[in-house]
Amino acid sequence: MLADKDRIFTNLYGFESPFLDAAKKRGDWDGTKDILARGVDSIVSEMKESGLRGRGGAGFPTGLKWSFMPKESDGRPSYLVVNADEGEPGTCKDREIMRHDPHKLIEGCLIAGFGMRAIAAYIYIRGEFVHEANVLEQAIEEANAAGLLGKNACGSGYDFNVYVHRGAGAYICGEETALIESLEGKKGQPRLKPPFPANVGVFGCPTTVNNVESIAVVPTILRRGGAWFAGLGRENNTGTKLFCISGHVNRPCNVEEEMGIPLKELIETHAGGVRGGWDNLLAIIPGGSSVHMIPKSVCDTVLMDFDSLRAEGTGLGTAAVIVMDKSTDLVRAITRLSAFYKHESCGQCTPCREGTGWMWRVMERLTKGEAEIEEIDMLLDVTKQIEGHTICALGDAAAWPVQGLFRHFRPEVERRILEYKKQHNAA
Amino acid sequence: MPTLTIDGIEVEVENGTTVLQACEQAGIEIPRFCYHERLSIAGNCRMCLVEVSPGPPKPAASCALPASDGMEVKTNTEKVKKFREGVMEFLLINHPLDCPICDQGGECDLQDQSMAYGIGNNRYEEKRRIVKEKYMGPLIRTIMTRCIHCTRCVRFADEIAGVPSLGAIGRGENTQITTYNEQAFASELSGNVVDLCPVGALTSKPYTFKARPWELKNTETIDVHDALGSNIRVDARGRAVMRALPRIHEDVNEEWISDKTRHAVDGLSKNRLDRPYVKKKGKLVEATWNEAFALIAKKIEGLNGDQIAGLVGDLCDTESMYAFKTLMNSLGGKIDCRQDGSKVGAKHRAGYLFNTGVSGIDQADACLLIGSNPRHESPVLNARLRQRWLTRKCKIANVGPDIDISYKVDQLGDSAKILQDILDGKNDFAEVLNSAKKPMLILGQGALNREDSPQIIKLAHDIAEKYGLIKGVWNGFNVLHTAASRVAALDMGLVTDTGVEGILAGVESSDIKVVYNLGADELDTRRLKKAFVIYQGSHGDAGVKNADVILPGVAYTEKPGTYLNTEGRVQIAQRAIFGPGEAREDWTIFRALSELLGKTLNFDTVAELRKAMTTQYPQFAIIDQKPAANWADIGVAGKVSKEGFRLAISDFYGTNPIARSSETMDECRAAMNGADQAQGATGTNG
Repeated sequence: MLADKDRIFTNLYGFESPFLDAAKKRGDWDGTKDILARGVDSIVSEMKESGLRGRGGAGFPTGLKWSFMPKESDGRPSYLVVNADEGEPGTCKDREIMRHDPHKLIEGCLIAGFGMRAIAAYIYIRGEFVHEANVLEQAIEEANAAGLLGKNACGSGYDFNVYVHRGAGAYICGEETALIESLEGKKGQPRLKPPFPANVGVFGCPTTVNNVESIAVVPTILRRGGAWFAGLGRENNTGTKLFCISGHVNRPCNVEEEMGIPLKELIETHAGGVRGGWDNLLAIIPGGSSVHMIPKSVCDTVLMDFDSLRAEGTGLGTAAVIVMDKSTDLVRAITRLSAFYKHESCGQCTPCREGTGWMWRVMERLTKGEAEIEEIDMLLDVTKQIEGHTICALGDAAAWPVQGLFRHFRPEVERRILEYKKQHNAA
Repeated sequence: MPTLTIDGIEVEVENGTTVLQACEQAGIEIPRFCYHERLSIAGNCRMCLVEVSPGPPKPAASCALPASDGMEVKTNTEKVKKFREGVMEFLLINHPLDCPICDQGGECDLQDQSMAYGIGNNRYEEKRRIVKEKYMGPLIRTIMTRCIHCTRCVRFADEIAGVPSLGAIGRGENTQITTYNEQAFASELSGNVVDLCPVGALTSKPYTFKARPWELKNTETIDVHDALGSNIRVDARGRAVMRALPRIHEDVNEEWISDKTRHAVDGLSKNRLDRPYVKKKGKLVEATWNEAFALIAKKIEGLNGDQIAGLVGDLCDTESMYAFKTLMNSLGGKIDCRQDGSKVGAKHRAGYLFNTGVSGIDQADACLLIGSNPRHESPVLNARLRQRWLTRKCKIANVGPDIDISYKVDQLGDSAKILQDILDGKNDFAEVLNSAKKPMLILGQGALNREDSPQIIKLAHDIAEKYGLIKGVWNGFNVLHTAASRVAALDMGLVTDTGVEGILAGVESSDIKVVYNLGADELDTRRLKKAFVIYQGSHGDAGVKNADVILPGVAYTEKPGTYLNTEGRVQIAQRAIFGPGEAREDWTIFRALSELLGKTLNFDTVAELRKAMTTQYPQFAIIDQKPAANWADIGVAGKVSKEGFRLAISDFYGTNPIARSSETMDECRAAMNGADQAQGATGTNG
């Protein structure tokens, strides 16, 4: 269990004010000028040393990502874009950061922006986060007024601005290139890569898109040292992480924990255990809706980090732990997720546009059992035809929950089909 | 120059080539829907997926992937077959299999590719998508349920046409392609989206249910609706032209044609002159060829050359004009081809050609438009200017009325005086021209049909010389003509000192007794009342009013002919169908009449005519090359008026008798004037 002294988000639950005075007491904006004075290379290498992997779901090393930004400008400015379009079902960590600890994010923007030679940061915030956006805007205003941002930010001689841009409620705008399109005022549809954002990003300029949590932990890492962060968790899966535990637990919560904590310990310690006891557990989706679910047998032992979950054929994703006990209708649960992906597909490329609707419709029938056994394999084949064939990862995200269901709970689906047949033949 | 291996074949390609293009160079076909050579890359249909190593273990969209050195591409593996089958299956689940009633049937990319790459059966048992039809104007019929969302039409509208009114609304499987507020797609190039659509979602509205592609006889020929000489294919069934489609010619029209070229063809079967007429007691009555000829011979007899004048219209082929000229010469009469009152001279070829060439636009880095609206005068050429403008390597300025030509130009003002300022270095654009490496200017007909046109030409000439528009092989002086016949007519010297105005005045003062009008319909024929007027042409338009004899000629689709476009490029048109009734190819009419007048022309076949013609004008024998004309002193020095320019075309959809006879063009005119809103096409008026 994470010791209190190693906690980064000390106001996660909002017991204190989110604003500048309280934030400073918590240690934010302490010696920011000195951090910037260390220079770009030192900051990036410190970030690399910390082993921080992107907290948005894909787990790409953050320091490495920054180092892709051009060292010398070809005349175009560089930008940092913060992805605050948190829409992954089950995930609510960035919301808490922006609501209760916005100065961590804002200070992170300054340092990260400096670390990639950006002139400004855009925080693209999910449109539904009205309160959070208001808090964030107020916090930015405070920081500007206190000389922490803007011209000569923190007295460092570096000019840096942070802007908040509100989204309009599309899940796909959380995909980095769709987010860039949307930020530019266009329809939120992912771009083809290459070129990658570090080369051609927002307004055609070099851009890095980072998750809120990835940016918010930066100041603390630089204050306490990359080695401190790397000392937490396991190798290649270092540091602390916000977990969002929801579903059939006694006390759903957000909690900051060390990477690699056993899933069972995470739930029992922080969420009051599974409703009706651990043995009442049916399955868990460990990383937001876009990853494969895992059955109880896996949950018993699995560690919550990128590599351990990957070894089990699922992923850490956004670390949104969705717990389902034995009362859950798993088929119906996954059908609901399929409906979500069908609704959120941007419609740009064929497999996702046509395939998500197909999957959802078959899933609707499977929920009732109104199908043939062979259709399970057909549906699996359809998911394979979507997975990896699309421009962005939404196609994969839509395919994986369905694949996960069949991988672990196929007998349940078959039973349902046979039962339906029996009832309707008898009638 | 990366070298990569495709299915074991090693190919070396240019930098910046995509994998799909590299595959084509290696002779390997990659199926595709959204990819189009002339549009930006969307990468959304996913049909072109291939296996690429090194790289992530998932398929790559070859249309969007730059070819790089040492890449190994596989297109013939079991996996790739499965990719294509998968995408094809997705495309077909919501596509109605209504090929038997679809106008695209027989020439449909989806149909062809599903035969080649599909699985042949259907696993989709759910409800299918139905999408409401969208209104896109009088030329585009939409059956949006068939749409596969390739966005070619959207990209065409944004990038080529410059009228960004098409787009996708909604998302996921509810994505729909539509026009903004369901208004007509207001571009002169709108018909091209029908060709671009790989399925039957956008089809030609006038052509709806008219014919099947395999019933049609295809004739490769040349368009005459503007002076660009777009290469077209005319599809005919029996004696009716069903449609016109573009052919690819990189140096002329690439693969676009204007809506007039494409859709005015229904005018070919309306208002046609299909027999001779003569005027008896003030009324035109049907006559035989002999009656008509006899009357002409009687009227011409005894007149000297000064009393006979000839007029040449905009759509004439070179052969007709040559026969006309030869006959008129033998009678001593003069011909003028400038029915629009143009003051352009025929003396120096460089003074009336589009010297830069259409493809020369691609190199220009500054362009000055003078009294021209290229969007109406040559929409396809305008698209090329726009392409050049989009590269941001070419600054374009306009001297003339402030008009929307689908891209942003520096509007310098609407007065010929500005040209003097540019010449004197008093206008900012002078510096742009001066610092440009390949500057050009375009004189529109609006600059040539004024009293002070010779002075304007002189100013343009001086600007060209002063600012380096003429250097080495680069000649940036251009005249954009609107009449398909004009360049050839000027080459043959069909001009008089006093112009068409002189002829009309001559008639009014009774100095000219007989006017032979070969298809000139764009002038005030009431002024010809006093003379004996012979009208020879294809349509009963302005020219037949006040005519005393009408001789029926054929239209451009009904005769083989030579045309010179505004660059002076010689192109040969073919006969697609035969003319109606007793209408004859124009040169044969002159040949027959000449015999009766005792001035027999010395050719009996087109081949003999062409031989005589090319002996006299050797440039007509050099087919499909942009000529280089020697630079010369043109124009007349003098003061220019400060009056604004009057553009040559006020009604794009009705510039000639064929277009004016076309109902489709009438509908276009109405739609562009906003009448489509009154039709309640959006379904919101109950």
